[in-house]
Amino acid sequence: MRVVLVDGGGSNIGSVRYALQRLGVDAELTADPERIRAADRVILPGVGAAAEGMRRLRRYGLVEVLRTLQRPLLGVCLGMQLLFEHSEEEDVDCLGLLPGRVTRLRPGPGVRVPHMGWNTLEKNRDAPLLEGIESGDHAYFVHGYAAPVGEACLASTTHGRRFAAVVQRGNVAGAQFHPERSARVGARLLRNFIEYGLA
Amino acid sequence: MLSRRIIPCLDVKDGRVVKGVRFRDHVDMGDIVELALRYRDEGADELVFYDIGASPEGRSVDYAWVERVARLIDIPFCVAGGIRSVETARAVLHAGADKISVNTPALERPELISELAAAFGVQCVVVGVDSVREADGQWRVRQYTGDPARMRAPGLRTLDWLVQVQRLGAGEIVLNCMDSDGVRRGYDITQLRQARALCQVPLVASGGAGSMEHFAEVFEQADVDGALAASVFHGGVVAIPELKRFLRGRNIEVRDDR
Repeated sequence: MRVVLVDGGGSNIGSVRYALQRLGVDAELTADPERIRAADRVILPGVGAAAEGMRRLRRYGLVEVLRTLQRPLLGVCLGMQLLFEHSEEEDVDCLGLLPGRVTRLRPGPGVRVPHMGWNTLEKNRDAPLLEGIESGDHAYFVHGYAAPVGEACLASTTHGRRFAAVVQRGNVAGAQFHPERSARVGARLLRNFIEYGLA
Repeated sequence: MLSRRIIPCLDVKDGRVVKGVRFRDHVDMGDIVELALRYRDEGADELVFYDIGASPEGRSVDYAWVERVARLIDIPFCVAGGIRSVETARAVLHAGADKISVNTPALERPELISELAAAFGVQCVVVGVDSVREADGQWRVRQYTGDPARMRAPGLRTLDWLVQVQRLGAGEIVLNCMDSDGVRRGYDITQLRQARALCQVPLVASGGAGSMEHFAEVFEQADVDGALAASVFHGGVVAIPELKRFLRGRNIEVRDDR
């Protein structure tokens, strides 16, 4: 099993890699299109801004590689947002692998932005990716923008409004929360992705 | 629903966890990784490592322990102390920290907050504020608080600074009320309530926790997003699993790691 982490320069790459090591998986960190295409599992981590994330993917020639990937792809946090068509953050076009637009979370009474901390998941449907994870389980979120609850949404979370917490369509999936920092729930999601792919 | 966070703070000096009273007289509390793992197992929601020697000594944190912690724990953690540039912040984040916190360097050069926010996104940028109530009844900030001999009062009102740091790109604020720090008589509810009214970003209370009741008070009365504490946890006065049961009994939303 070859697992690669797409090296888009995001600052949580180290943490995601360590989380996989705790599961006994040694992931290769690479921006090489050939190595990414040849991998069994591809993880796109990301922390930061959408425009900068897309710029990096373009600079390394990875936009088409990710768009045409055949193997299971998991985007994490910003990496998940980049899977959608567009992000309101600096008004940037993203990979377009999932339908919908990423929009800003709005602060309100009792709703602070960025959304930071442990929030509960609400499962929309069962999927191998969510095996062992139930509605009411907590995951760790840190973000100011969020993806819509569309057909691809496996689990949602509410902070001011309801948004997609875990998504999947075909071989493309994403987690808005940080599995590498979400204790048991995060480890389970990563293990499910490695073991089951996105069957 | 978003949980209120319980955040043990580990003051780090010379590679060990230490704790002082009112920022003085530091006592050795143990090994960094050992304590980090203990708190993670007990249900801490997040950890803060404060390299208290870094800013007064004019150096930045040593990243070797950041990486050791990042490899082992699966909850988020923030590193503070001596982060004066985007490059230093990048190194700390790449070593595996989830957030970086700036305090003295942000007072020296407020643009640092904007530079960090532009480079990593506001969600990585925590601004720590050390605050003291002065004779005229106003709260004002302190810098170089890691070393009593070098501590300085730049004269800035705490509440003005809270507004300014949010405009510059702070994604979270930790307000350390120094008059309450280490004395375990409860958080400074009055000051935190005023701070809360001015903070659209998450606000974490720091300084004064002495009992489980103090945590309930600060969540109920000051509506903070997280409560940070050190000595009550290190000294075993408050145990996190019991604290979370207590808070749940008061209908305060806390994480339950089943």
